[in-house]
Amino acid sequence: MNDLITVVDWSRWQFALTAIYHWLFVPLTLGLSVIVAVMESIYLKTSDSKWLSTTKFWMTLLAINFAIGVATGIILEFEFGTNWSNYSWFVGDIFGAPLAIEGILAFFMEATFGAVMFFGWNKVSPRFHLLSTWLTAIGASISALWILVANSWMQYPVGMEFDPAQMRNVMDDFWALFSGVAINKFFHAVLSGWALSGVFVIGVACFFLFRKSNRDFALRSIKVGGWIGLAGLLLCMFTGDGSAVEVTRTQPMKLAAMEGLYEGSEGQSLVTLGLINPDKKWDNNEDPYLFEISLPKGLSILARHDMNAYVPGISDIINGVDVIDGDTINTVSYEDRIRRGRIAQSALREYGMALREGNVEATHAAQQTLAENYQFFGYGYFNSPAEAIPPVALTFYSFRVMVMLGSYFLLFYVVVLFLAYKAPKWLTDKKWLQIVAMISVPLMYICSEAGWIVAEVGRQPWTVQDLLPVGAAISDIPSSSVMITFWMFAILFTVLLCAEVGIMIKWVLKATHSDIDNQSNK
Amino acid sequence: MSIKNILIFYRDGFRQMTIGRTLWAIILIKLFLLFFVLKLFFFPNLLEKNFDTDEDRAEAVRTNLTMP
Repeated sequence: MNDLITVVDWSRWQFALTAIYHWLFVPLTLGLSVIVAVMESIYLKTSDSKWLSTTKFWMTLLAINFAIGVATGIILEFEFGTNWSNYSWFVGDIFGAPLAIEGILAFFMEATFGAVMFFGWNKVSPRFHLLSTWLTAIGASISALWILVANSWMQYPVGMEFDPAQMRNVMDDFWALFSGVAINKFFHAVLSGWALSGVFVIGVACFFLFRKSNRDFALRSIKVGGWIGLAGLLLCMFTGDGSAVEVTRTQPMKLAAMEGLYEGSEGQSLVTLGLINPDKKWDNNEDPYLFEISLPKGLSILARHDMNAYVPGISDIINGVDVIDGDTINTVSYEDRIRRGRIAQSALREYGMALREGNVEATHAAQQTLAENYQFFGYGYFNSPAEAIPPVALTFYSFRVMVMLGSYFLLFYVVVLFLAYKAPKWLTDKKWLQIVAMISVPLMYICSEAGWIVAEVGRQPWTVQDLLPVGAAISDIPSSSVMITFWMFAILFTVLLCAEVGIMIKWVLKATHSDIDNQSNK
Repeated sequence: MSIKNILIFYRDGFRQMTIGRTLWAIILIKLFLLFFVLKLFFFPNLLEKNFDTDEDRAEAVRTNLTMP
């Protein structure tokens, strides 16, 4: 049992480590490819060679990021087969389809249009080159779409039917995968890549200004990066609002954890700043916060777009209480879910025995009982409702880090763009401003990663919402093997990250000693 | 564009790279580590490896998921 807990914990850590490292590379590819495509479009429209030089400089940084990051996501798929074999089999029919499409699509789009983008200068027509650059950017986003559709399905499993003979959830409606959860998640994640890349471009451009190098190139880059980043951030806020509504509808426990909310109310306030009380449990009377500053009715507006709406807390959800349009609704309590989950599991066990004995009547009876209780299948693994609560403090703080940094970056973009057009001397002369812009780059990465921590830690303990908790999804393997591969990945990824940062710094430093605008563009 | 032209396009592209050579070296080493070391020796697909048929794999998962 202890080894099982250790395997679960190490496998979780390993998956988190891999996903976090992978997400260091992905958003920059998603956003910088768009920024480069816009720069090249301006070049084609103006025929100004300075825009060509600008495009080529940022395209090189895109190439570095792409080369280092490519295939880091494949490790997640390795982990599915080894560490999460029960999960892999249980959802393989659904989860496999989007991942396969992503793999094929990414390979063909990147191998063709990416090659033309990187190798095709002076070999294909300027228009075809621009088309290739745009298709590379669009291809990266389409690749992300399939991954995010798969991830969304885990958070909101729809469009499938469980087949107890195959022990698989079998897809019966492909288009159901494109749920509101998936659409919001796709746009939120991809547009966050734009926001991140805008800050990256501004930060690097400010390094040029800090070194008093390539002033016009830097200001030109800041304007393009700034507009695309600002557009990405504003749309990200819009889709974030959509995500909050979807989370309230499909994963109310995650929303309650994000807020550290235990007892909900109508016109529920939103905690803008606070400290979680570590002694608070769902069934005691401790105050959930040691300290809090709240925005009245804020959570009701965020969650249900209605300032007087009821938002349930953790204890309400466990007790099966919600209020819709002023009427108290009794949803299924967690005690009842656990009971029905056990009935479903018992029916599945009986189905297996009947199948082996060839008892057709008994398989039908077991299948009927299973189908009636399947929606709570995963709850049968819990001994108490407390096991179904995500880590509240980590979810709560990560959400605030994301929102606060996101708000800072809105101000950052507005100020930088204003200065770039109205007072460029501030950007070119004020060292402190340049330093703030450079420090903002790692802060943006923290903001982006915090968003994923909210999404993934907030949905714990589920790998597939309501159906399969992490403890059941795991393979029967020794914890020592997961520990070894954990450290192997930690080393491999750290080396890759150091290589990326090192090569980028070397390239940028080299560029600060040259005149980018007057470089040969042959 | 014939296949020969496409191959020449890729060949010339690789030849003209400067920083790209380092990047390709990193990509190839990384892919080797991922597919020929990690995947082969550390990340077997357990159900594929331990069971011969899909029925056996389904039975194993059923047992795992319904152990009281």
